[in-house]
Amino acid sequence: MSDKEPLFSSKNVKLLTNPLNVDNPITVQVLGICSALAITVKLEPAVVMAISVMVVLAVSNVVISAIRKFIPPRIRIIVQLTVIATMVILVDQILKAFAYDVSKQLSVFVGLIITNCIIMGRLEAFAMINRPWTAFLDGIGNSAGYGLILIIVSFFRELLGSGEIFGYPVLEKLGIYNTGYENNGFMILPPMALIIIGIIIWVQRSRTKELIEEN
Amino acid sequence: MKSFSNTYIFVFSTIMVVIVAALLSTAAMVLQPLQEKNIEIQKKRNILSSIRIENNAKTAEELYDKYISNSFVINAKTEEQESFNAFEIEMGLEMRNSPDKRSLPIFISSLDDGTKKYIVPVHGKGLWGPIYGFISLNDDFTTLYGAVFNHDDETPGLGAEINTDWFGAQFADKKIFNNNMEFISIDLVKGGADPESLNEVDGISGGTLTSNGLEKMLYDCLGSYQTYFKNQMKNNK
Repeated sequence: MSDKEPLFSSKNVKLLTNPLNVDNPITVQVLGICSALAITVKLEPAVVMAISVMVVLAVSNVVISAIRKFIPPRIRIIVQLTVIATMVILVDQILKAFAYDVSKQLSVFVGLIITNCIIMGRLEAFAMINRPWTAFLDGIGNSAGYGLILIIVSFFRELLGSGEIFGYPVLEKLGIYNTGYENNGFMILPPMALIIIGIIIWVQRSRTKELIEEN
Repeated sequence: MKSFSNTYIFVFSTIMVVIVAALLSTAAMVLQPLQEKNIEIQKKRNILSSIRIENNAKTAEELYDKYISNSFVINAKTEEQESFNAFEIEMGLEMRNSPDKRSLPIFISSLDDGTKKYIVPVHGKGLWGPIYGFISLNDDFTTLYGAVFNHDDETPGLGAEINTDWFGAQFADKKIFNNNMEFISIDLVKGGADPESLNEVDGISGGTLTSNGLEKMLYDCLGSYQTYFKNQMKNNK
């Protein structure tokens, strides 16, 4: 460690903040769309999913980065998948033991974290060539970027689709239904998630200069 | 990029697999008692919810002992089988047996107002995995008092809606026998149930396959009990 740099150098902070905006895994890299469609009907599962992905990605990133010099390149994808699968099973088991209700809500999607392209992508593209600490920051940053989009999408879908926020009937308490308003059943179907993500991408691209492509 | 020999790759994979296996089996063994306890509490909570008793993970065991006064197991000929413990019977396994070999548990609850409710488990197939629940009947053995459903793998927000309160609440006061004492079970109707109907409830938007599975589950499981229910109705008269 001759070129010792501070833990939160500006380069490292970028690892955390870039994925929230200009390098967002969902809206810019368009990865991990599948789970973003499936579990964004309600806020609570979306938040737990975001936390689970964060744990899995951060730990897998650190583990892969720590053993990166010993991993034979020919089987590196298998090694990465083994680490991810191990982490996912651990998270699933822990949720079942300590947060049974939430684990029931997330049902299949915890297991499907294994197939989340963001995780494989970060391990292959970042953890294989960087030190554990930067890999950790990269993992936290990317999963936070993923979680942010999940939470935005599920906020709108839960509010407009079920009239609730975190299961609390906001619209009913505000008395909106008395004015003839009705929940939009279309919001709880997967196509609406894609449309909301599309709108987020549109807004983000038109507001961020770096993302505007020249034709 | 460094090159690695085949031997190295084999040794590396072997060590990795052993470490991973050890880690996962340790975690599974350490967490298993907690998980089994959760499942047992969940079952008690489901039984309590089916008779519309509010409960949470902390109060479930106490309330269960208070309200569930009796339980027994019957066979297809409606004879009571004394060697079985109703709570330990897995309805999922029983439903795999042919109808004449099933052991069917029944739980009896005495509510605060003195009425008796009869609770039976149901188990069937959803879209992705098993769905299950408990149905409680009034002592006329025809009218449902409450219902609660659960699932392992249904899609959150779609099929998974079967375990929401509004869905279970629809089953109250529906009838599973018509006036001629023929078994009609409960129908889940797409596009809204007829409020006048005695045995229709709303299906789930976006959860058609789960709804179909649930309808079949009710038909099969409640159907297994119909001889017993009919006998009891005759006794009541």
